[in-house]
Amino acid sequence: MKRFNIKSLLFIITFLLASSAKLHSAGESTEPLKVDWSFKGVTGKFDRASLQRGFQVYKEVCSSCHSMQYLSYRNLGEPGGPEFSEQEVKAIAASVEITDGPDDQGEMFTRPGRPADKFKNPYPNVKASIAANGGAYPPDMSVLVKARPGGSNYIYSVLVGYEDPPAGVTLDDGVYYNKYMIGNKIKMSSPLSDDIVEYSDGTQATVDQMAKDVTTFLSWAAEPELEERHRTGVKVIIYLILLTTLVYLSMKKIWSRVDTEV
Amino acid sequence: MSDHDYTPKSKAGKWFNDRLPLLTLGAHLTDYPTPKNLNYWWTFGGILTFCLLTQIITGIVLAMHYVAHADLAFASVEHIMRDVNYGWLIRYIHSNGASMFFLAVYIHIFRSLFYGSYKSPREVIWIIGLLIYLLMMAAAFMGYVLPWGQMSFWGATVITNLFSAIPLVGESITTWLWGAYSVDNPTLNRFFSLHYLIPFLILGLVVLHIWALHVPGNNNPVGIDIKKPSKDTVPFHPYITIKDTFALLMFMIVFAGFVFFSPNVLGHSDNYIPANPLVTPAHIVPEWYLLPFYAILRSVPDKLGGVILMFGAIFILFVLPWLDTSKVRSAVFRPIYRQFYWIFVLDVLMLGYMGAMPAEGIYLVLARVGTIYYFAHFIIVMPVVGLLEKTDPIPMSISEPVLTGGADPALARKDNEKI
Repeated sequence: MKRFNIKSLLFIITFLLASSAKLHSAGESTEPLKVDWSFKGVTGKFDRASLQRGFQVYKEVCSSCHSMQYLSYRNLGEPGGPEFSEQEVKAIAASVEITDGPDDQGEMFTRPGRPADKFKNPYPNVKASIAANGGAYPPDMSVLVKARPGGSNYIYSVLVGYEDPPAGVTLDDGVYYNKYMIGNKIKMSSPLSDDIVEYSDGTQATVDQMAKDVTTFLSWAAEPELEERHRTGVKVIIYLILLTTLVYLSMKKIWSRVDTEV
Repeated sequence: MSDHDYTPKSKAGKWFNDRLPLLTLGAHLTDYPTPKNLNYWWTFGGILTFCLLTQIITGIVLAMHYVAHADLAFASVEHIMRDVNYGWLIRYIHSNGASMFFLAVYIHIFRSLFYGSYKSPREVIWIIGLLIYLLMMAAAFMGYVLPWGQMSFWGATVITNLFSAIPLVGESITTWLWGAYSVDNPTLNRFFSLHYLIPFLILGLVVLHIWALHVPGNNNPVGIDIKKPSKDTVPFHPYITIKDTFALLMFMIVFAGFVFFSPNVLGHSDNYIPANPLVTPAHIVPEWYLLPFYAILRSVPDKLGGVILMFGAIFILFVLPWLDTSKVRSAVFRPIYRQFYWIFVLDVLMLGYMGAMPAEGIYLVLARVGTIYYFAHFIIVMPVVGLLEKTDPIPMSISEPVLTGGADPALARKDNEKI
């Protein structure tokens, strides 16, 4: 059975290649921490309370530098997200000043935000954000989780991965050491410290807790359809399995008329 | 039932059929005698038709919401994902559909290679199939550019720059392709236009592919010519339609698994970063289905040489029917070729892996070995093995697996297992 040997060899080599691919991607930075997120897996859902706390961290900490331009305030009240009440969403939107216009006189004017508005950018444009942040662009956070290998685990790891540089590593001014960041150097100083926000639900605002909450929020922001996708997926696959079974039985019956196995 | 015997039962049907024999065509497709021993590797033709139609339908809907402009494309994709009703579903079906399409086409091609379906009298079917495959690669490449993420932009830059390797006129051709002095808005616009056109060209070629198939009829796992219709065949409907439907549903379960539970696993995370001409990604890699060719391209130190070998790797397939000297179609009865077939499969997988790795050190060495072997398989192995190999005895027909020469029931049983 020589052919069989070659086939199994093929699988073994494929497996080895696949596992070494994983090693390679680790590169120079440390492999991200693994968190048991509630939204992973086939039936994964976001933790509603964590999403609301995460939004608070985003609003009070991240949003002073990072934009989130593809989200609207109304998204915060939609099913599958933080699910703030209509009143809360209106209040959140109204707390920002939006530049609108031009009006009938051709003038721009400011007004309180409405749920239909997109999240307000902290800077008027990308160049302004780069100039204000020591030459580094604070990336837009709308799809940040999808834009990084390692996704949620990576974002969480970077938030908790700040430490003093090891001996022999010198850092320029405004550059910080982070063991999970690709290349280990990051221009954002550690954004979280204990009790930097005060959670209204009484949760202790430790760095780890805030990192988890804000990562949950960012994961939802990147994939607001996640819960609906998981729910629909389960239904679709159950439907397909039932249909496949029926078709299989029909096929067996039809093919029983000829002397060939299917 | 022969095609000529068909007469519509109704008067109206007869009137219409005399003017346009669509009903005769329908009867032909229904009765089309198909070998009864086709295994599940033969169901991928139907699956591929499904893939093409899925891409066309989802693509038409996406085009209603997408904006082909360098400043707006990325945002319009996010608009589809967030604001269009079921936009996320349509886009994920389309993006994963491309991968599923290639998965199916590779199985289809490797099935043809194993069972010798490309050999006489089916060379034209094979060549039309390769043209479809070429167009698929062009469509997939241009489609990947449309979201205008980092990999879109830099992938487009790398691939279009290949044409600059052409002596004398290379630079001018590249500028002409771009419509600018680098990959820019005009490039995105024309890629969108062509991306919309190509699937319909593919659809036309699929009709020719099936037409050409219906002249000699299907090959089969035993690889012998069969009498049609006979006790070796079954009518296409209901036997093959139900079997194809069953296989398609199994395929759709896998497809749905990707769409609903890991829709981005086959893509690259860099493509969720908007295109930035000033920042080059650390590793520019194409989508998985183009990786073996990317490995061949990079394994040659000379740019023009790399481009020639990369295109050569595809174009050599066009002359495959004449490089294979064996009279026996199916590898089931070719003990030596069968070994080389699996080595070749391994070689292509290895090249794919090397394409994803940086072109340096051991990866580059292995990519070069893999490239040399890829061409050696077609230029040396196929002609030589075909001439020297002693093939196993071949059954006279599908229904009666009587062996020519030394009849060995054990061997027959073994062969049936293989089939």
